[in-house]
Amino acid sequence: MRASTRLALLIGWLGYVLIPWYLPQDGSLAGYPFGQAGTALALVLSGASPWLLPIGLALVAASLLVGREERPWIGRSLVWIGLLGLIAFFAQGFAITLPDQGIPWLAALFGGAGQAQPGMGFGALMTLFSLLLMMCHGLAYRGYCRGDLFTTSAIGIVVLLIGLFVFYPVATILQSALVESDGTLALASFFERLLSPTIWGLGCLGGGTNCGVAWNTLILAVLTGVITTLLGLACALLVLRTRMPGKRLMRAMTVLPIITPPFVIGLALILLFGRSGAITGILAEWVGIPRSRWIYGLPGVLLAQVLAFAPIAFLVLMGTVQGIAPSMEEAAQTLGAKHWSTFRTVTWPLLRPGLANAFLLGFVESMADFGNPLVLGGNFEVLSTKIFFAVVGAAHNQGQAAVLAIVLLAFTLGAFWVQQRWLGTKSYTTVAGKGDSGIPAMLPTSAKVISAVVIVPWVLLTAVIYAVILIGGFVKAMGRDHTLTLEHYRTGFAIDFSNGIFFEGAAWPSLFTTLKVAAISSPLTALIGLITAFLLTRQHFAGRRTLEFTTMLSFAIPGTVLGVAYILAFNVPPVEITGTGLILVLAFVFRNMPVGVRSGIAGLAQIDKSLDEASMTLRARSFTTLRRVVLPLLKPALITALVYSFVRCITSVSAVIFLVSAEYNLATAYIVGRVEAGEFGLAIAYSSVLIVVMAVGIALIQVGVGERKLGRRAVPVPKPKAPKQTARLTKPAVEAAK
Amino acid sequence: MSKAGPASVEFRNVSMRYGAVTAVDTVSFAIEAGQLVTLLGPSGCGKTTTLRMIAGLEIASEGEILIGGKDVTHLSAADRDVSMVFQSYALFPHMSVMENAAYGPTVKGFAKAKAQEMALEKLALVGLKGFEKRYPSELSGGQQQRVAVARALVLEPQVLLFDEPLSNLDAKLRRRVRQEIRDLQQSLNLTVAYVTHDQEEALAVSDKIIVMSNARVAQQGSPRELYEAPADAFVADFIGDANLLDVAITSVTDGRADIALGPARLNLPARGLAAGPAKIAIRPHSLLVSEPGLPNGLPGIVRKSSYLGNHVDLIVESPVGELFVVSPDTQRPRAAGDSIALAFAETGLVLVP
Repeated sequence: MRASTRLALLIGWLGYVLIPWYLPQDGSLAGYPFGQAGTALALVLSGASPWLLPIGLALVAASLLVGREERPWIGRSLVWIGLLGLIAFFAQGFAITLPDQGIPWLAALFGGAGQAQPGMGFGALMTLFSLLLMMCHGLAYRGYCRGDLFTTSAIGIVVLLIGLFVFYPVATILQSALVESDGTLALASFFERLLSPTIWGLGCLGGGTNCGVAWNTLILAVLTGVITTLLGLACALLVLRTRMPGKRLMRAMTVLPIITPPFVIGLALILLFGRSGAITGILAEWVGIPRSRWIYGLPGVLLAQVLAFAPIAFLVLMGTVQGIAPSMEEAAQTLGAKHWSTFRTVTWPLLRPGLANAFLLGFVESMADFGNPLVLGGNFEVLSTKIFFAVVGAAHNQGQAAVLAIVLLAFTLGAFWVQQRWLGTKSYTTVAGKGDSGIPAMLPTSAKVISAVVIVPWVLLTAVIYAVILIGGFVKAMGRDHTLTLEHYRTGFAIDFSNGIFFEGAAWPSLFTTLKVAAISSPLTALIGLITAFLLTRQHFAGRRTLEFTTMLSFAIPGTVLGVAYILAFNVPPVEITGTGLILVLAFVFRNMPVGVRSGIAGLAQIDKSLDEASMTLRARSFTTLRRVVLPLLKPALITALVYSFVRCITSVSAVIFLVSAEYNLATAYIVGRVEAGEFGLAIAYSSVLIVVMAVGIALIQVGVGERKLGRRAVPVPKPKAPKQTARLTKPAVEAAK
Repeated sequence: MSKAGPASVEFRNVSMRYGAVTAVDTVSFAIEAGQLVTLLGPSGCGKTTTLRMIAGLEIASEGEILIGGKDVTHLSAADRDVSMVFQSYALFPHMSVMENAAYGPTVKGFAKAKAQEMALEKLALVGLKGFEKRYPSELSGGQQQRVAVARALVLEPQVLLFDEPLSNLDAKLRRRVRQEIRDLQQSLNLTVAYVTHDQEEALAVSDKIIVMSNARVAQQGSPRELYEAPADAFVADFIGDANLLDVAITSVTDGRADIALGPARLNLPARGLAAGPAKIAIRPHSLLVSEPGLPNGLPGIVRKSSYLGNHVDLIVESPVGELFVVSPDTQRPRAAGDSIALAFAETGLVLVP
């Protein structure tokens, strides 16, 4: 048995013998090593929890192998010990939970019929980890993954984590939609809920009542997708194919949605166009247009989403337009095609995959958006808000929420599936390594005019919106009373220095929690994401494609669905972590993991595989190769993963709005609460603080991770190889964005 | 420290399959310790996969691989005492020349000073002393190649592998570097496996050549054996140019065959062939240009003629088909349309099964 396997076993014994098995209530260790804070061994010996005995037996069996010569049967035994231990672990965990829940026959089998146990804690976690490692090491002994312990262990851990924190919660939604609380299958009521007219009703066609939420969501998503795509296209063509002034400004705009919490746009729209909004006021006084509530409903939500998501389409399409080799257009021109016919016959067809991609992105973003419909929806309900109100509203109907979540999930997974099947990942690749020295064709004049007409109002509106966000916090009440004041900032962020430093502002606790959670979860996200990317691109193992699909799949799960899934799954033992800070960290890590995976895959694609192989032939194992060769070259991807997960932690609303508690409140949830209470000034002030915080955070990450040094000479080397290599090591901008 | 010296490499019925595709099909060969053996073949013949199986970068689907008599079939690359020089050199771009060369001993756990000393010794050997602080991007292609060689040599591996090491160098440099590799191999007494698709390169440096075609070994032997006694038409054509022609063996006596090639009659070693149809490989320079009317020659008409400085390439139309002829006679180059006759040289004609 190798040293690292012995270490894994030691961890298992520590978890089983020394560390409290369950999650202690309020962190108290009263009664250790028995009772709530008991260790597994003490609980088994005292007869309190006999069902933990098989897990201990697995550890004993593994200990018998310590110190033996490495023979084929050792590996086989380790695999079986680990596997059976894991089965015993999960079986007892799910069989014995709360009184009258769990799986009674299995509980009886374990000798715990009618008993209950609290949620698992650190002891259980360490033991689980140990059993998993033992199984993975056994597989490596048997020659899996070229016998590399690190690789098999990493695969095991990633699979377990995804299973536990993505699959299990989503499966719980299905279960709670299909199964009544007393455990009976309730297909009839499931279909009744699923097909209910509140979801699928078509009342709005006949005029009169509202349409079902599913149709509302779909219409909104399609409109948002189409409009953002067209705006993005016009913008990309103007920036890349004309000599338009202000190009840098346009590019800078693409960064904005990344650091803007999604609902802030909606908030600014209310301050501008609401009944007492600034622009509404001007129009009412000067032109005589009566004040109305038109902004609340489909037009407002649509406007907010278009403003929020169009830059994403712009970024995607900029990549596509750049990816069209100028030589193709030049070829068309040498064959006699005029400006407009070149555009129509060559440029446009080449743009189509990018357009489809941009549309699908807008579509999915709109479906998943929660903040804007919540702020601006009014009577116009979409699935994500309906789910929210089903969970937190007066009805408190979890079954209903689960059914709605399934419908939403079906929509987004459908879009995701179409994207994968139809487009593959091709349209994300940008410029190839070849130097293509042609001059891109200029846009025909008619297209230029159309684009400009579309773009100018959009850019103006965006500018006004951000001005509102900046100014809004410094005036008494935007739209009504424009006297300058620091009152909102004082309410939120006052610090009392009279008696040491005391953060007395109302917003401080949530800001601190947000920063803490973001600081813990973004490195974890980056780590898990990059390791997963390494496994997916550089290792061969059975089920690699499935794992790849699964990690990408979690990209398509809307935050609201994930949030509901987490409360349903982690509110009861064996994993009982609702109301803790841990659940926030976990939700962020697994919601943002695809970002880490994607940037990792993009980064690794640029690092020649022969570098890893060279390291291997020089006697370095996977872990050493990863640490010494891959990671230093992956720094740009690491920064991307860190920045995006950090920013998404701060801006995300939908996933966490269910998961926050009084003790662990987050900035966005706090702001949404202020908006609902009508305190727009404080909300907008807090939003601009968040934007500043994110900018500072991004700068800190970039300084902290540092530059990747490749020792390039200042003067470009006039070798034919040099440009190729440069291109290979440059980050494609689009990949970074998603 | 692995002062194990050079080791032999042996493949016993090794296959490599990727799903339905067979990249290497039941290949067997042996490389003696201290020899330079070339794996030669057209692209896609499985030669690089074979090399990567020696390195442990691919694990064979079937068969046994032995290094120094020890079964290493299932050992990973990190556990084999084998180093490799990659086609792209695979220098770590974020490390200096010194850090690249010292990588092997560093990850093996040597102290930094010792690792650098070992690296410096090999860097000096390839003539790169004084370049330690440079980064790979600041070196020329030839220098990068030397760093890759030094890095592979530092651990003094039992077997050193080269994967088309010269393909990124220009033609003149190639000739020099291949000789340097050969000198290094002989002076350090290394076992080297060398992949190339360039038959001239293979002939120039190898103790033994293994010709591969369609995932199988077509023939193995010394450069001379391959050139003078090719096992089949593929080898005859691949090693040096050859005109492959259909002939009829009229009779075989005492191991020599009487052959009818169009109007000409030849007598060549039979190589185990019996009377009947067969193939003959004729090297382009073994067809000698003469005046028309030559007895026992092939009449022909010159179709194309290209003057190449030290020789003339001719395409000649003859009764047995179009022939490629290399004529040393640059003083009186034949022009297209000339009638000539072709005589046969003593060597460079061989029957192939």
